[in-house]
Amino acid sequence: MNPITEIAPQLLRGLQTTLTVLLASALFSYLMAFIGGLCRLSKNFLLRKFTGLYIEIFRGTSLIVQLFWLYYAIPILFDIDLASNWVIGVIAIGLNYGAYLSEVVRSSILSVAPGQSEAATALNMSSFQRMRFVIFPQAVRMMLPEFGNYTIQMLKGTALISLIGLRDIFYYGDIMRSTNLAHAPLIYAVVLIFYFILALPLIFFTRKAEEIAKKGVAS
Amino acid sequence: MWSWDRFNEAFPHVLQGLTMTVWVTLLTFLFALIFGFVWLFLRRIPLRPLNWTVTWIMEFIRSTPPIIQLFFMYLAWPVLPYIGVTLSPITCAVIGLGIHFSTYIGEIYRSGIESVGKGQWEAATALNFSLIDKWRRIILPQAIPPTIPMLGNYFIILFKEVPIAATISVQGILYMANTFGARNWAYIEALTIVGIILLALSYPSAVLIRKLEVKMNTRFDKNAVIKKIEKGVRPS
Repeated sequence: MNPITEIAPQLLRGLQTTLTVLLASALFSYLMAFIGGLCRLSKNFLLRKFTGLYIEIFRGTSLIVQLFWLYYAIPILFDIDLASNWVIGVIAIGLNYGAYLSEVVRSSILSVAPGQSEAATALNMSSFQRMRFVIFPQAVRMMLPEFGNYTIQMLKGTALISLIGLRDIFYYGDIMRSTNLAHAPLIYAVVLIFYFILALPLIFFTRKAEEIAKKGVAS
Repeated sequence: MWSWDRFNEAFPHVLQGLTMTVWVTLLTFLFALIFGFVWLFLRRIPLRPLNWTVTWIMEFIRSTPPIIQLFFMYLAWPVLPYIGVTLSPITCAVIGLGIHFSTYIGEIYRSGIESVGKGQWEAATALNFSLIDKWRRIILPQAIPPTIPMLGNYFIILFKEVPIAATISVQGILYMANTFGARNWAYIEALTIVGIILLALSYPSAVLIRKLEVKMNTRFDKNAVIKKIEKGVRPS
């Protein structure tokens, strides 16, 4: 069995699903990360505790359990049929990694030296200006490597969506394997290489981000 | 709809899988701790091409989905020529997840050793310590403590990752929940219990490790130690 002419075209059929789920869930989780991270630092007690609960629940259980739970729970508990497992996959991955990234956002903002925010206050900046022009630009740089790392984790997480019936790369690989049992090692190897190729840009981004993170931050 | 009757019924059933989940976690972690040394030693061999190859193999294992690696061990390994043997689901989970996590553990070992200051190595050489004494008395006592909280964190991450072994029919909590769900059409109740069990075990452990981390940091922080010596207190 030829890996390039026979296996790769089959797997390419699932590429779109894997990529769109990765992209959508990554954007969703980044959004959740900033909302969650900033809410954790809010002065409002209720908001802080509620966000804390969300973060601890999603970090304390695993993605596969959350994926299955949402898959069965959303149609029954809310009595709506989202009509698409794609949305459930995106919600599960987004909420899970959003919780992890919230902590990254929170700790990065906290790790900006206190002198910076004091200086901003001394310059008569409003609290919004202080965050927008002084703290945030420094914090974002420190977040980048972790965002890269967690995006790689998200890519790994997308392989689970075939368990709720989505036709991603892993799904097509597994279908091929079930009809060509003797070629299983080669098929899975090509599937793994597919995921690795998708991860490569993220790996390079993370390495680059580590360099960026070290520059221009007062500590 | 949600039913407390089914919840109560499902609880003992799902709990049956807990021993398996915990055992697989412990065995996998042990495997990863041992295999982590293999990566550590391979990367310390001062040979450029080898170093480069090992780094990329680690990167490959780390950035591809563990579930596919499990499927590889379970379904593809037995049909490999010469080396192929059929492995039990548990062995697959332990080896598959163990190798996956060993790449992280290897990095932790490396960071521990690299955290020992250059002066310590030079001092050990200057004092004419033998190779064994240098490692045993100078390097390792300083390299190991900071890695302990990190290893603890990975233990918790591993515990949460073990449920994916249900897909290759390791009969842990998730597998039990799925069988109960299929039999009684009570997936939500059963899966909620899995979530509760995971949370109940991982959250207190995470809090414990955070405390350990603070303790280790103050105990092995150079400035804190120097302050203690200045005060005339013997560092513990």
